[in-house]
Amino acid sequence: MSDPVIEVRELRKTYGSGDTAVHALRGLNLTVERGEYLAIMGASGSGKSTLLNILGCLDVPTSGSYLLDGIDTAEFDEARLSLLRNRKIGFVFQSFNLIPRTTALANVELPLVYAGVRRAERRKRANAALELVGLLDRAHHAPNELSGGQQQRVAIARALVTSPAMVLADEPTGNLDTESSREVLGILDRLNAIGRTVVLITHEDEVARHASRTIRVVDGQVAGVLV
Amino acid sequence: MRLLEIGLFAVRGVTANKLRSTLTTLGILIGVASVILLIAVGNGASTAVQQSIAGLGTNILTISPQRGGGGNPSAASSSKPLTVADATALADRTEAPDVKSASPVSSTSATASVGSTSYSVSQFLGTDPAYFETTNSSVASGSLFSTDDVAQGRKVVVLGATVATQLFPAADPVGNTVLVNNIPFTVIGVLAAKGSSGLQDGDDIAVSPLTTVQNALTGYAGLSQIVVQATTADTLPAAQAQATTILNSRHRIGIGQTADYRMLSQEQLLTARTATTDTFTVLLASVAAISLLVGGIGITNIMLVTVTERIREIGIRKAVGAPKSTILGQFLVEATMLSLFGGALGVAAGVVGSQFTIAGIKPVIVPSSVLLAFAVSALIGLFFGSYPASRAASLRPIEALRHE
Repeated sequence: MSDPVIEVRELRKTYGSGDTAVHALRGLNLTVERGEYLAIMGASGSGKSTLLNILGCLDVPTSGSYLLDGIDTAEFDEARLSLLRNRKIGFVFQSFNLIPRTTALANVELPLVYAGVRRAERRKRANAALELVGLLDRAHHAPNELSGGQQQRVAIARALVTSPAMVLADEPTGNLDTESSREVLGILDRLNAIGRTVVLITHEDEVARHASRTIRVVDGQVAGVLV
Repeated sequence: MRLLEIGLFAVRGVTANKLRSTLTTLGILIGVASVILLIAVGNGASTAVQQSIAGLGTNILTISPQRGGGGNPSAASSSKPLTVADATALADRTEAPDVKSASPVSSTSATASVGSTSYSVSQFLGTDPAYFETTNSSVASGSLFSTDDVAQGRKVVVLGATVATQLFPAADPVGNTVLVNNIPFTVIGVLAAKGSSGLQDGDDIAVSPLTTVQNALTGYAGLSQIVVQATTADTLPAAQAQATTILNSRHRIGIGQTADYRMLSQEQLLTARTATTDTFTVLLASVAAISLLVGGIGITNIMLVTVTERIREIGIRKAVGAPKSTILGQFLVEATMLSLFGGALGVAAGVVGSQFTIAGIKPVIVPSSVLLAFAVSALIGLFFGSYPASRAASLRPIEALRHE
């Protein structure tokens, strides 16, 4: 059996200091195997978003270790972290975070530009990613010309265009209606089916049911494994 | 490849939000244009003052009587008045080859009246026709008086512009009669306006033949002034030396004795002019500094707002794996494009604006101010366009993303 994709040990994250310090994570341990579909649940303020941000290398822990593909991320400098974000991680936000006034195609191409992929190849792969999320006909629309569900699908296309080892999604259906949620979850299911590791945060049991494993974060620690 | 991509991102960044880019350009444009224009106006005013001083005549010596001086210390009261004979001697070609003319002047203040209108003329002068040329006075309407008028003692007068408008608000004064201290004078001409130099209104003047004024108003006691014109500005020192020699011999003033007259050369006016120009230079410099400061603050503001508004975008770019250097490059190129474009438009606006007369001053562009304004604005735009972006790019992606 191969190494786990994610191995987190005694992870702590503290905001502020002294009396006003907020402990978002208090010694959290977590292992995610390759190809797993993990749902993280928890009340708001439980630290689940902080955990996902650290897993996505968008934030750094105060202490503890995070091994991504067996390598300790604490050893990485900013330049290598950005490389890591570009190659290994696809991140989907609750609020989509598309670049405004820029077409869907250009948004999806963005990670490939930073990866140094040539123009023609980039166009091909971005179109393929848009086709996968069923938005090829919307390629030249700006985000404000798309519905919330369509924007989130563009964001997912952007997350998977670099063929990352894992896709992290922070409440991807939080701002979407039932129909759009179903489409987005369908795409994530298909990604998992072709072998990608998917980690998502959710409030809803309905969404968590798509996952192969669900954990609950309470007060900055993993409370228990739900089946 | 990489550089081209950064350039394309920058172009897209600039064109993505046209209103924002337009406002940024406008900020830089106003900064640059105001600096160029203000300095041009200041320079124009300075030039105008220099020209008006030059208009007073650059090769004049003014000789006036000095009270308390005297050839013989034991007889201080024996100081001699300046006479018409003195003036004639000063104009002698052989004794004073560098003197072009010497005009005797007898001046007084007088009340002039036309019907019920009366006006107190501060300088009522009696002199000869050469005086007009010496003082660069030209006639606006009518004519000047002649040597014959002086010889005959005719009661004619040439009015300064101020006096003419005071006495004849609507009508043409030429040909009319003016009562000066109740003596009738015929107006034969009006002088062209000279403007005021310093405190004195150069147009509050009336000029008549010397003989007439001495006869009717001042008497024959002595002249108020002799105005000497040197042949050129360069021969002024020589003319001054010759005039001093002639007067000293005529007034019997020995070496080391105090003269009973005072000779003011143009040096004093030149000194005054230099002082005026210096004042304007200081004024110019402060105006330039303030405009640059204000322009710079405007550019700083708009650039800071522009970048702050885009910190979230920087966060997104970082989240998908953009290295700091690439983000920095993009913002640097964007700031450069906006600064150069805005600066070029500002130079154009400044140059066009200075073609118009502003508040009576014809602006004169100082070439170095164009360069200075452009360079400073471009540098400020560059710095405040890229420095906040560099700070944002140094943030962790999640911090930049959370920025609202």
